[in-house]
Amino acid sequence: MTPVVTLTNVNKVFGGGGRPQTVALKDINLQIEPREFVSLIGPSGCGKSTLLRTIGDLVPPSTGEVVVNGKTAHQARLNREYGMVFQAPVLFEWRTVLHNVELPLEIMRVPKKEREQRAREMLKLVELQGFERHYPWQLSGGMQQRVAIARALAFRPQLLLMDEPFGALDELTRERMNAELLRIWQETQTTVVFVTHSIPEAVFLSTRVVVMSARPGRITAIIPIDLPYPRDVETRESPRFFELVTEVREALRRGEEMRA
Amino acid sequence: MTLQPVPNPLSRYTPQITVFIAVLVAWEVIVRALNIPRFLLPAPSVILSALLVTFSTVLESAWYTLRNALLGFALGCSAGILVALATSRWTTVREGLLPVAIAINSIPIIALAPIANNWFGSNNPMSKVMIVILITFFPTMINTVRGLTLVEPAKLELMRSYAVSELEVLTKVRIPNALPYVFNAFKVCSSLSLIGAIVAEYFGGPRKSLGVYILQEAQLFRFDNAWAAIIIASLLGIAFYAVVITVERRLIPWHVSVD
Repeated sequence: MTPVVTLTNVNKVFGGGGRPQTVALKDINLQIEPREFVSLIGPSGCGKSTLLRTIGDLVPPSTGEVVVNGKTAHQARLNREYGMVFQAPVLFEWRTVLHNVELPLEIMRVPKKEREQRAREMLKLVELQGFERHYPWQLSGGMQQRVAIARALAFRPQLLLMDEPFGALDELTRERMNAELLRIWQETQTTVVFVTHSIPEAVFLSTRVVVMSARPGRITAIIPIDLPYPRDVETRESPRFFELVTEVREALRRGEEMRA
Repeated sequence: MTLQPVPNPLSRYTPQITVFIAVLVAWEVIVRALNIPRFLLPAPSVILSALLVTFSTVLESAWYTLRNALLGFALGCSAGILVALATSRWTTVREGLLPVAIAINSIPIIALAPIANNWFGSNNPMSKVMIVILITFFPTMINTVRGLTLVEPAKLELMRSYAVSELEVLTKVRIPNALPYVFNAFKVCSSLSLIGAIVAEYFGGPRKSLGVYILQEAQLFRFDNAWAAIIIASLLGIAFYAVVITVERRLIPWHVSVD
């Protein structure tokens, strides 16, 4: 199987031209297979969001190669091969929930009937039936983020890029959203790249956790998560879960010590 | 699907109506009790009877002035929106133009009224329309530019992830984003246009116009007639503003600040 994402010797330097340079990404090599759920974790400023954006061709790498679905990241973006979810829901306040989910389909010129039907399906998937005609401000933060996920999945991309999507939610809502995201991931068979700074979240969700360290941003460890799916509340309380949380935490600490 | 119960319109406006009536009553009582001379401040009842007598003249004058205000508003606001749209594409043009527009917007355009009279002739409606166009153009343009450019960066990043054209970013993000700003400009311009039209007439205009009528009646010490015309001018201003708000609620019901 061809990998969904292949990063080869990716470097990213911000600034220059008179201003101080920051090495945001240094020698990144990473391969992500179909159906994987990969989390990028690290301290703030480690370049995990930048890495996600190079995969989505929203930030071009300074050197190195980014291949998505066998094409350049740029071509993959033009082909609309990935869906993106940000930390903020980024809903259009002038559109109802249904029309927000329809937005990418509208851009892709999907006929009206079909896109409405698909948007309704997606809202059902994120359990927001009955809220189609609401405006975003009438929904809670967690519900808004579910609309954003429905929108990202509406055109059935093979790849879902998520940039700390649950960072602004309270702990309980976040855990519920984690469980829901896993269910959606399994139902839709997408590949997910997920940026977070929460260790339990990364462990609970992922097939692999990519540990990064800051200045320069680089990968210091890749930890496979062997917890069986489907995962639920009991997974969070299993001894293996805690072992893996500890392993990720120690990898993060080692990454920081290597810097010092 | 509405989350709030629809309030009874009468009970909703009870505070405003109460205050309005209280002010009128206080005005009437104070003027009578203190025996304030008519040329200083006539009582509401006196103004009302003057209005009933002069109603057709005032209405005819008001119609002339309102026409100028509406035409100037339509032209000035449209031009403001069009220029803003045109400059939204070219960052350098916009960044050069905006400070100039803000500077011009802060000068008292009404001071140009005698010049406009000189250009078009004071009896030509264009001399008044011209002032209203100038008065409404700049706020509309400045607000529209702000609405088109002050877009949440993540929205633009989302559109970039969909690989859409600049034109679609304009129609799907920038223009809807600008609508609340545009309506704010319309609200300001609705009163500005009437002020501009009336004050421009103070510098000369046809006899059947609100500005000339108010000026003339005041000079002839018929202050009750002048006040009657001022009341009509105020009602026009309120009505115009109400129309703008009604259209806004219809067009952008999603805008939270509407309520």
